[in-house]
Amino acid sequence: MLKQTEGSRAVAEAVALCRPEVICAYPISPQTHIVEGLGERVKSGALAPCEFINVESEFAAMSVAIGASAAGARTYTATASQGLLFMTEAVYNASGLGLPIVMTVANRAIGAPINIWNDHSDSMSQRDCGWIQLFAESNQEALDLHIQAFKLAEELSMPVMVCMDGFILTHAYERVDIPEQAEVDAFLPPYEPRQVLDPADPVSIGAMVGPEAFTEVRYLAHAKQLSALEVIPRIANEFAERFGRRSGGLLRGYRTDDAETIVVALGSVIGTLQDTADEMRAEGIKIGVLGIQSFRPFPLAAVRAALENAQRVVVLEKSFCVGLGGVVSTDVRLALSGLQLHGYTVVAGLGGRAITKASLHRTLRAAIADTLEPLTFMDLDWRIVNRQLEREAQLRRSGPIAENLLRDVGAIAIKVV
Amino acid sequence: MLQIRFHGRGGQGVVTAAELLSLAAFEQGRFAQAFPSFGSERTGAPVVAFCRIDDREIRLREPILAPDVLIVQDPTLLHQIDLFQGLDSAGYVLINSKRSFSELGLDTIEQRFRRERLRTLPATEIALKHLGRPLPNAVLLGGFAALSGLITLAAVAHAIGIKFQGKVAEANVAAATEAFAYIQREREESVGA
Repeated sequence: MLKQTEGSRAVAEAVALCRPEVICAYPISPQTHIVEGLGERVKSGALAPCEFINVESEFAAMSVAIGASAAGARTYTATASQGLLFMTEAVYNASGLGLPIVMTVANRAIGAPINIWNDHSDSMSQRDCGWIQLFAESNQEALDLHIQAFKLAEELSMPVMVCMDGFILTHAYERVDIPEQAEVDAFLPPYEPRQVLDPADPVSIGAMVGPEAFTEVRYLAHAKQLSALEVIPRIANEFAERFGRRSGGLLRGYRTDDAETIVVALGSVIGTLQDTADEMRAEGIKIGVLGIQSFRPFPLAAVRAALENAQRVVVLEKSFCVGLGGVVSTDVRLALSGLQLHGYTVVAGLGGRAITKASLHRTLRAAIADTLEPLTFMDLDWRIVNRQLEREAQLRRSGPIAENLLRDVGAIAIKVV
Repeated sequence: MLQIRFHGRGGQGVVTAAELLSLAAFEQGRFAQAFPSFGSERTGAPVVAFCRIDDREIRLREPILAPDVLIVQDPTLLHQIDLFQGLDSAGYVLINSKRSFSELGLDTIEQRFRRERLRTLPATEIALKHLGRPLPNAVLLGGFAALSGLITLAAVAHAIGIKFQGKVAEANVAAATEAFAYIQREREESVGA
């Protein structure tokens, strides 16, 4: 059914349609509306049988999710930012144990400095945690990816993170098509666990493993993620056949076929990039956009195939690795090993800084002219950066950086948007 | 594509206004996108919210930098922030105030934009009358429907019915309807003059 609703509410409806049996979560912006929506459904009885467990922290949320999933329940949680960091130890345990938990990450920056706005630092910090990571481009895709995520997680017995941009998607009202319960039931069979804590057939889960088999357990986790490279597109195809729209998959190209320049990105910025690419195409510039939906597993071969005929690749990412550069870029570069392409990393949208078409035009044109720095921080305010550097050169006690920069920027209210 | 920017203060339902407008546009079969700018979440602090309306899927997610419409829920913002930044020269402006543009010190704005598209509306007073609370958001949408004809009063009422229930919904619909009539009357008077 077509509906105009908030991204968080749409995801809550999608998760409810998947009939989770245990939901445990601790509220944190910008994830809150999702779990509120689910909490209301459990309380009203609309989502039953399901237990909504209020926990005292994100660490407890993931710990309860592990217990519930091990006991054979379809389990869901959601978090963001510092919350994801706080549960990290349990996040690794969930994947190490092979438990098919589904978690939404409403992407938000990590402090310090404390910042509630969107970027991809939180889920990128869990890049190596062994969960599958899917990124949504729109609220429709966020909704659809959750339905696919439960099927994927349970088929592989592996947890799945669905990443959606905080505020930009979670708090945006837009048109979504919400499927019927019967359609979702036909797509997603009841959960049949590979391992379960059952008093009638007792097992233990979570053995200590020494050098004799640790590498093998880890290798099997890797092999399973690689098998997801086949399962993810298959599930996306089945979804498209049943629901009549394409969502998910490994990656999606937009006007890439004859493109000389391809911009690679994840998440909600893809739409703005597509609009920008259309405007540049109208001027005769051969540019396309490659959206990566599956960041883990990373589709090395598919990325290579999509990019190998271009002359220039610009990775635009909302995350970066201090002391190195791009996070996504590193993986894209691995996919392009041996190919002589011009490669650029553009770090944009950190801590909620708006990514505008005007800035994209400027940056991408510089890339096409090959005048762009290999690592560029889009719209960086050099004025306040240089002022701070000068302060540090002149004064030993130059003071806290964040406070200094805010003072230099002046009253935030001066800027309209 | 029609782009609307809402300005107000925390607690005035600025974000809700943008969401209501998107619901109204959806009701009229159009694509719409509403989203907030979470600059600050304190009661009384300046808040901005956005709504885009189009006949095809909206992919763009930048904040609205060049609006076609400005809806100002709190006139005390007028001389604190450059609210009119980026406004299209054929744009619409609706300000919540009992006073005229001239009385608000906006003579230069009247000269820069199309005068018949600039209006003030005593939305707080209308809200107080119907709701008993100074919540001007739905009222201004009723006024916007009359000012621009870009959305119908029926669609605004439908949107209010989705967001609110019972007496609150009824009171908001009544307030939006009064605002619609107020702006219509004003427009007729200015045409007559």
